[in-house]
Amino acid sequence: MTEASPAKPYALHLGVIALLFALSFVLPDYHHGLLARIMVLAVFAMGYNMLFGYVGLLSLGHAMFFSAGLYGAGLTVYHLGWNVPAAFAAGLACGALLALVIGLLALRTTGVAFMIVTMMFAQVFYLVILYFASWTGGDQGLVVQQAARVLVLGSGSLDLTNPTVRYMSALALFSIVLLVTLAIVRSRYGRVLVAIRENEERTKMLGYDTFSNKLIAVVVSGTICAASGAAYALLFGYVGSSFASVQYSILPLLWVLLGGAATTLGPLIGTLFMYYVIDITSGFTSAYLLIVGIALILLVLFFPKGILGSIRQRWLGWLP
Amino acid sequence: MTDKNGFFDLSKSTLSRRTALKGLAAGAGLAVAPGFIRYSQAQSSAPVKIGFQSHRTGIGAAYGRWYEKTTAAAVKAINDAGGINGRPVEVVIEDDGTDPARGAEVVGKFATQHKTDIVFGTLFSHVVIGSAPAAGEAKIPYFVVSEGHHVASTKLNRYVFQPGITDVKSQIQSMAPWIAANAGKKVTQIFPDFAFGYDHRDYLPPALKAQGADVIAQIAIPPTESSFTKYFPQIPAETEVIYHVMVGPAVLTFVKELGEFYGSNRPQLFGFMDSLEATDINSPGLEFLDGSHFWEGSPRYAQPDDSAAQKAYRAAVGIDDNGAAVGDPKDVSTASHMFGCWETLYVVKKAMEDAGYKGPEDRAKLVEATEALTEFAEGPEHPQGPKTFNGKIHQCFGIQNISKVEGGKLKVVHKTKIEDGLYEPEGDYTTQAL
Repeated sequence: MTEASPAKPYALHLGVIALLFALSFVLPDYHHGLLARIMVLAVFAMGYNMLFGYVGLLSLGHAMFFSAGLYGAGLTVYHLGWNVPAAFAAGLACGALLALVIGLLALRTTGVAFMIVTMMFAQVFYLVILYFASWTGGDQGLVVQQAARVLVLGSGSLDLTNPTVRYMSALALFSIVLLVTLAIVRSRYGRVLVAIRENEERTKMLGYDTFSNKLIAVVVSGTICAASGAAYALLFGYVGSSFASVQYSILPLLWVLLGGAATTLGPLIGTLFMYYVIDITSGFTSAYLLIVGIALILLVLFFPKGILGSIRQRWLGWLP
Repeated sequence: MTDKNGFFDLSKSTLSRRTALKGLAAGAGLAVAPGFIRYSQAQSSAPVKIGFQSHRTGIGAAYGRWYEKTTAAAVKAINDAGGINGRPVEVVIEDDGTDPARGAEVVGKFATQHKTDIVFGTLFSHVVIGSAPAAGEAKIPYFVVSEGHHVASTKLNRYVFQPGITDVKSQIQSMAPWIAANAGKKVTQIFPDFAFGYDHRDYLPPALKAQGADVIAQIAIPPTESSFTKYFPQIPAETEVIYHVMVGPAVLTFVKELGEFYGSNRPQLFGFMDSLEATDINSPGLEFLDGSHFWEGSPRYAQPDDSAAQKAYRAAVGIDDNGAAVGDPKDVSTASHMFGCWETLYVVKKAMEDAGYKGPEDRAKLVEATEALTEFAEGPEHPQGPKTFNGKIHQCFGIQNISKVEGGKLKVVHKTKIEDGLYEPEGDYTTQAL
């Protein structure tokens, strides 16, 4: 298989990163803060997209991977006083390990069964958080104090609660994950994942070990989601069980569907769109979810493959 | 957007976000967009802006609606009397969906977009805890009306206050003397298996012990449970009092099944009104509660000995003698909690006046002025009753009511003393930097 020219996609992705960087200098304070949050959650959506978009595995339990990162980072700071890099690494490790175990078990199923199994595991994870309330803060959650959210670098330090530092940290994480995702989907491994999505039996027949490939995808996806959760705990200072609830398993699915499944930039577009629709409409009516629902129906009608997915289908076939 | 002004020329090493912001503020393109207008600092005649973080949607919606009504009534009363420091009060409402993540965003929106002077009014504990970091980082005073112990635990930060409603630890502690003396000395607790229940699980046993009574069983019920009969055999036969704090829609089933289990020969029942806020006490299935007792923050039903201040407060908020909306008897209020909005706004008024508060640049002064407050006398500003305030833990302590269900109404039979609910402070916010 011949690869399409890498110049265009890389230029586009670097351009998006540059635009987000530039926006930091011009956005008003509120939108500056909101975009930092959106970038962190877009990473969550990108992790979800890795599995849903490229492998075609629809999970309803990704809140557990996000929460594994959230609690892995948050609890090590809160109870053990770990520093920011160590806590972030702990969050990643929790997410990767959990994804490995869940992957080994859940990948024995496919289709609807996979959805149900992942949802059940996520529910177990959620209830475990509530059960160990004396450690996790249960449904109320915990606050990671400002003083603990400082990144010490040699003789200097970066206060992650400073809006600019927070924005740049979120951008750094977003950029790394975006470029890693792009590299993966353009790699041979990425092609194998798409092949599994399109026809798993044929991929098997061609000699690929589809179980191992899917397992790696689950671990990569879970780790990316955990990175988002760990960053959320350290950048925004709140660790709570609501992030492990089923709502946070459905949200990344929604963001990805909106932005365009199996597009690298779709998760960002979807997250951005949903956030701003809610933010703007909730200022006018308490029935804003109705408007969100109508917006979603219109999108499904006119952009059935999501915003970027439809653009790729109609105009820009080279979009990764 | 064009690059005429060089905003995007990042090669200029002197460019900072702040200067770029100022430059952009002058740009006509964004100036016409309402959400992007950069407001000037509050002038002496400009309104004091209060950001109201309301639970308009989500599980807290019934509370949110009554919190809004009470807040509107208090703001009207304050404005009619000349406002705060001669400035009118304006309330900006944002819905947090009773969600902690959205709550934090809403606090950010108040601080950086609406440019409110303070944030106010949150009830649900997880939203308070989720939003507190955002308030601390934005250095915007955050006055909650939550009754959770989270503020007094000193685990939040120096910008979070709860000056209008007693916290749950104090409420529980102040119930113990009456329960031990009047209801019985062998108590079985039934509570929901999440944080609200855990407060009762953890704070009641030591409080009862100090009064010579004991908790002989604790039965935690999962929040997803819809039938309770299977738990009732766990209630020890020697139980003299069942202390119940079930909340949510399941409470009606809970009471009905408890009635079927015991029939007419039941132990004493003691509950927290949180179970039945915004719910008619005469709803079908609640007959079994007749003769039982409840904690009430502020009485739902008008009492014969109501003070003039209490009567004026009820009239201003628009609740009738049965605690329902005037003109709509089915719209039952959240009387045990919503008075906290009224009283908190008067605390804010007092603190702003003490601080000579002029605008957001005086927020630190407002924090210190609030911390300096010690007592709130009963009166039109504090109709629920007198309170003391501990500036180190940012928490007030007031009297509590114990009411008996009698003839389909709640009759106050005992008022606790403030001292009954005092406990050793667990920390000191004033040692934190502003």
